Amino acid sequence: MATLPLEGVRVVDLTVVWAGPFGTMLLADLGAEVIRVENINVWQTYTRGLMARPPKQVAAQYLPWTLGFPDREPGRRPWNRAPLFNAHARNKRSCTIDLRQPKGKELFAKLVSISDVVYENNPPETMEKLGITYDYLRSIKPDIIYVQVPGYGATGPYRNYRALGVHLEGSIGHTLLRTYPDLDPSQTSAVYTGDYLAGAAGAFATLVAIHHRRRTGKGQHIDLAQAENAIAMLAQAYMDYALNGRIQSSLGNRHPTAVQGCYPCKEEGRDRWVVITIRDDRDWEAFCRALGNPPWTQDPKFADVTSRRRHQDELDQHIAAWTSQHTNYEVMHILQAHGVPAGAVMDAKDCYEDPHLRERGFFHELYQEDCGTHLYPGFLWRYSHTPMRIWRAPVRLGEDNEYVYKELLGVSDEEYRRLEAEGFLGMDYAPEVP
Amino acid sequence: MATALEGIKVIDLSQEIAGPFCTKLLADYGADVIKVEPPHVGDKARHMGPFKDDDPHPEKSGLFLYLNTNKRSLTLNLETATGRQILRRLVEGADILVESYPPGYLDGLGLGYKELSAINPRLVMTSITWFGQTGPYKDFQGSEIVLYAMGGEMYSTGIPEREPIKTALTASQVQAGAIAAVATMGAYLLASAQGQGQHIDLSMMEALCGGIDRRASALIGYQYTGEITPRAGGMGVRGYPAGVYPCQDGYIEIVGGAAHWQRVVKMLGEPEFLKDPKWTQPTAQTDPQLYEEFMAFFIPWLMERPKREIWRIAQENHVICAPLNTPADVYDDPHFNQRGFFVDVEHPVVGRFRMPGRPFIMSETPWQLRRPAPLLGEHTEEILKELGYTQDDILILRQTGVI
Repeated sequence: MATLPLEGVRVVDLTVVWAGPFGTMLLADLGAEVIRVENINVWQTYTRGLMARPPKQVAAQYLPWTLGFPDREPGRRPWNRAPLFNAHARNKRSCTIDLRQPKGKELFAKLVSISDVVYENNPPETMEKLGITYDYLRSIKPDIIYVQVPGYGATGPYRNYRALGVHLEGSIGHTLLRTYPDLDPSQTSAVYTGDYLAGAAGAFATLVAIHHRRRTGKGQHIDLAQAENAIAMLAQAYMDYALNGRIQSSLGNRHPTAVQGCYPCKEEGRDRWVVITIRDDRDWEAFCRALGNPPWTQDPKFADVTSRRRHQDELDQHIAAWTSQHTNYEVMHILQAHGVPAGAVMDAKDCYEDPHLRERGFFHELYQEDCGTHLYPGFLWRYSHTPMRIWRAPVRLGEDNEYVYKELLGVSDEEYRRLEAEGFLGMDYAPEVP
Repeated sequence: MATALEGIKVIDLSQEIAGPFCTKLLADYGADVIKVEPPHVGDKARHMGPFKDDDPHPEKSGLFLYLNTNKRSLTLNLETATGRQILRRLVEGADILVESYPPGYLDGLGLGYKELSAINPRLVMTSITWFGQTGPYKDFQGSEIVLYAMGGEMYSTGIPEREPIKTALTASQVQAGAIAAVATMGAYLLASAQGQGQHIDLSMMEALCGGIDRRASALIGYQYTGEITPRAGGMGVRGYPAGVYPCQDGYIEIVGGAAHWQRVVKMLGEPEFLKDPKWTQPTAQTDPQLYEEFMAFFIPWLMERPKREIWRIAQENHVICAPLNTPADVYDDPHFNQRGFFVDVEHPVVGRFRMPGRPFIMSETPWQLRRPAPLLGEHTEEILKELGYTQDDILILRQTGVI
């Protein structure tokens, strides 16, 4: 059995930005044929970049994680070179269909009729304007599974509210719970934990619906509100409010019961940090042993779990003075050898050089025509019997047009050429796209 | 209506957060999840706060009550031969086993994948650990912050003048638990079709490293540019407005700039000074002087308005924006209430409370709260009787410390 769980399952992917695409990446890793339907006449900001053709001087200022193009060059097709897109685009196919045109709608319907899942994460009105609803999809393919992952859900007063992950995190309370406790909440950077969880839950929901369909022959509609779904990550804060009426505030890097923090280490041409969690007396004793029991560890202020917490500001200074003499990897290894949870704050360079990730073969070398050859992060888990594989580097816009139009939708060579000449399909955004 | 996963039997040996969140997803959509807990102490999450009335009682942990809905609890001492025998009998009839012990622990008890798959070849066994079953860090100790530091994009989270900062609470472990549910359900689909189960090695570090919360893209960005993403503050998207700003009664998070610039201008009532063409030059969004000029108008505009009103005006103009809320705001919010997100729970020890409900709505096979989180060992007798043990047997098992 060398097959993967979703071999033979076809997913029509209308996802944008991150929350949706991460979900379909997981389905693609599981063997589904995921076909992105994109539009060369419409620019979807954030999905493949901020603008289709950024000037070089603008591109130079983008942060590496968003739009750090290879060698800082936007290149001929910047939309195929964006880290924020290429992070979720492996194992997928891409075709371009203009859904606003009758011809596009007709082709889309044909694609849906031979597919199992339609997966998207747009504001509901965006889909409705295109005439794409569950009833419509079901009229084409009665057992279709329609996975809808809008920010705030398919119903309710905020159904069409626009949000990126970071805004959803604000509206459900994550942002206020992760600030530096001594700073204004504006002094922080964006995180996208909700996008991650929406992707995972959306993929899970799809699998559950596929299971149900295999048993009963019935498809269904899934309404996954990213905001509601992400509340799972804030369980302690919500339950404290539910049980005690208490509104929790941010602990920063500290912990409700342990001594925990992020400490500076020897700089190695860049700032270096280590995190440490001293959970209990056993960890404390081990920690002191690891440091060679310096005199300050005997201070009665640090004698028990409550006094260490009471005097953590002072304790942190001692810890930081020690960590500063070592590299972050040294601190991690010294403390882990004594059974104390400690970890280097690993930046991207560390990850690629990390012996653990290397030994486990986490990174995969992939060649993509517009980016060249690079190492990419790999799978989120390992199967013992049916290992996953990457058969396709981050997909380029319209890379599978011929396959989708000709093989799946039965468009003749002649018509395909005509559609291409008309600018209906292609591998480049129309010149007027911003 | 029927639940989707009805009839799927799950043995859950996991504790704390990631494993229980994985099995919560399975239980909430209908699987029969038997939570196997060490006698007397139970899942470690029972001893993690917050607690009802701040009373650290094993049935009063809010975290545990959230993570263990719809499960049954069986106490079983796996360090006894009889306990292990009972587990093997459970495995015979199970589809899925989820565990979060340190690598090698179950093998040491003769309960590793090799032994259990010999009993039941269809079994999907999901092992969730901080660092995976192999590799130099497999025996490392972990914690939420260690996981986020090593697996997640902590290095670039925060501001440049300060230390990197973690996400709230135990978000990373919840993420890894959700990924474990995807991996498990995928393997289950294959096992149910082909009769062959398998072992899943889920390293939480890798689940984060390959994840979309900036980590995967920061790794790729480094490959492409040779640059490490710094702690930058704000959205990381250079342009304005972008980030968190104060307003009359708190804070809002907003992103404009680039293609959304015209929407921002509309949201602000199209003030005269923004009509100058200089604002639409390609470099306008990265010009520090223009930024200052914009902020001199924008901040006073925000300070005159409360967060909910700014949210509404922004949304009317399709500007991406949100208030910084607290859970109390969300509990009171008409949107979440109209969607019926919160559910009322009656618990024998804690009493009545309202908790966050389903992660997603399924039209045919809805999420259901069939039972609140179980009391420690609440279903021990029931489950043992299903396996054929008699009342007398159960009495013996109790007195010998097996259950």
